[in-house]
Amino acid sequence: MTDLATYNFAYLDEQTKRMIRRAILKAISIPGYQVPFASREMPMPYGWGTGGVQVTASILGPKDVLKVIDQGADDTTNAVSIRAFFQKVANVAVTTKTRDATIIQTRHRIPEETLTAGQTLVYQVPIPEPLRFLEPRETETRKMHALEEYGLMHVKLYEDIARNGHIATTYAYPVKVEGRYVMDPSPTPKFDNPKMHMSEALQLFGAGREKRIYAVPPHTDVVSLDFEDHPFEIQHFDKPCALCGAEHVYLDEVVLDDKGGRMFVCSDTDHCEDRREHGHAGEMLARQEAAE
Amino acid sequence: MYVAVKGGEAAIANAHQLLADRRRGDRSLPAISIDQIVAQLGLAVDRVMAEASLYDRELAALAVRQARGDMIEAIFILRAYRTTLPRFGMSVPVDTASMKIERRISATYKDLPGGQLLGPTFDYTHRLLDPSLLADEPVAEPLRRTADGSSMMRVSDILAGEGLIESDGQMPEDHVPGDLTREPLEFPLNRDLRLQALARGDEGFLLALAYSTQRGYARTHPFVGEVRIGEVEVELDIPELGFAVSLGPVQVTECQMVNQFQGSAKNPPQFTRGYGLVFGQSERKAMAMSLVDRALRAQEFGEDIVAPAQDEEFVISHSDNVQATGFVEHLKLPHYVDFQAELDLVRRMRAEYDARNGIEKNETIRDAAE
Repeated sequence: MTDLATYNFAYLDEQTKRMIRRAILKAISIPGYQVPFASREMPMPYGWGTGGVQVTASILGPKDVLKVIDQGADDTTNAVSIRAFFQKVANVAVTTKTRDATIIQTRHRIPEETLTAGQTLVYQVPIPEPLRFLEPRETETRKMHALEEYGLMHVKLYEDIARNGHIATTYAYPVKVEGRYVMDPSPTPKFDNPKMHMSEALQLFGAGREKRIYAVPPHTDVVSLDFEDHPFEIQHFDKPCALCGAEHVYLDEVVLDDKGGRMFVCSDTDHCEDRREHGHAGEMLARQEAAE
Repeated sequence: MYVAVKGGEAAIANAHQLLADRRRGDRSLPAISIDQIVAQLGLAVDRVMAEASLYDRELAALAVRQARGDMIEAIFILRAYRTTLPRFGMSVPVDTASMKIERRISATYKDLPGGQLLGPTFDYTHRLLDPSLLADEPVAEPLRRTADGSSMMRVSDILAGEGLIESDGQMPEDHVPGDLTREPLEFPLNRDLRLQALARGDEGFLLALAYSTQRGYARTHPFVGEVRIGEVEVELDIPELGFAVSLGPVQVTECQMVNQFQGSAKNPPQFTRGYGLVFGQSERKAMAMSLVDRALRAQEFGEDIVAPAQDEEFVISHSDNVQATGFVEHLKLPHYVDFQAELDLVRRMRAEYDARNGIEKNETIRDAAE
């Protein structure tokens, strides 16, 4: 019973890590292809990042510097929990600074700061199959990928436009990788899709419950699906961040009171703090300083 | 002034401290011991062992206690431990005919070799709350028979003697049983993997599916050939020794469901079977498993696939309660980034709608924010 408390470096045993690394290598070799792997039960629930955690655990070395974000923030509860997990089982250095991290595990966002060569972005993926909500059967969707039969996806996007005047997919927006596989970028807002294209960083995707790993190697074509007359476009916000004044970043809407008062602030907390440290101030911060 | 939510770490630590407090409950009462859980909540322990796929009563009881009696949470805790254990071999198939029987009943014969043994069953109890349990009144010793050590013929063997039931089935000589904890599932499954998945599947989910087959959604005309509960030896072949050695006994529940016949030009008419085998004592689970197993063999028998219980990908993809609870409950994690994206689109579509219908944009909300 005493050995209950002892675990290998980064929790997973070395055999399991090797198995996962093989899957990762295969995924890198076939960009956008979902590689089945023997996902393990992790000590956190399925759907809470077990795929990302397994990928991170398999590539993590003692010299890595880890950053974990959820919704773009380092201090959301699940990010805190996963970071604490790796501090505990791997005693690894952690950071909130995007540029200092060698591995960034993320849920639902890509950092605003452009990632560089040598960095790895690990996505937590709930449903890896971009065709899943069009065809629930895995046996069918695998066939569709094999035959490159993606017409159904375009029909879906077209029907969105016919019905709503817009493509109604605002997050987990499907992309085509290196002109071959249609891939789910995980539920990031489509705002982040262009960041995946030709990124210098390695992007790994882990889906624990669904037992799939896929990858976008550095300098890979990642194109969001669209139509000539309805080109892909990202979200735009009317105002800059109320704290740091950043424009062209993804913002969270924060409700301030029960009278409809609200403000928009950076979803990427590190980016926002960094800008404020460098003297940028948004409307809310400037007003507060004036009052003091 | 909005202050970004900080201190997630402290909040989590405090929440866990509160959880520990609630788990322990009233400190003036003695803590429930692992031995007590094993001895007095044995069927809860059995369910945790079965669905965690780990036969260890003490660890299962620890998980039950740690989970405050939440069965799926306990199963999850024990599975997360199991997955860290090395797999050092594959046992020889257990021989349920030589089980040390504690209970064995057949619904297909009035009497049969070995007889009907009721064993420790809730059947025929009247479900009246028993006030005598409020006070810890002494419980009389049960009657015991001496084991005669003989094996008890299985009902399937009785029918097989006449050739009236399908045989156990053949796997190719070199077939190595799959292990769903070590390989990703790929549909369609072989029956070995399917039975593995069912054995660790959620009792409630399988029960509901089994029930659906009885109500006409893939009817299979089942009879309980037999249900038996007892201990079987688990043996491991040691290559260095050249023979199998016993690792010890485990208690299992086995159900052989006898289902309506099939015949073809090649095969004479005979009964078909559904099979259930579960760690510990769980008749409900073993019976449900055997009904679902039979329903899932529809394709093998050329039956029309018309009901959920016959759909392998549907059943097996959703039978694992640890996966199911994780994904359902993950919805309580923050999703505000994606929600913002949806909010933005709905507002835009709403503005377009209003413009089309000549409705003036309502500025009051935004004004209040200034």
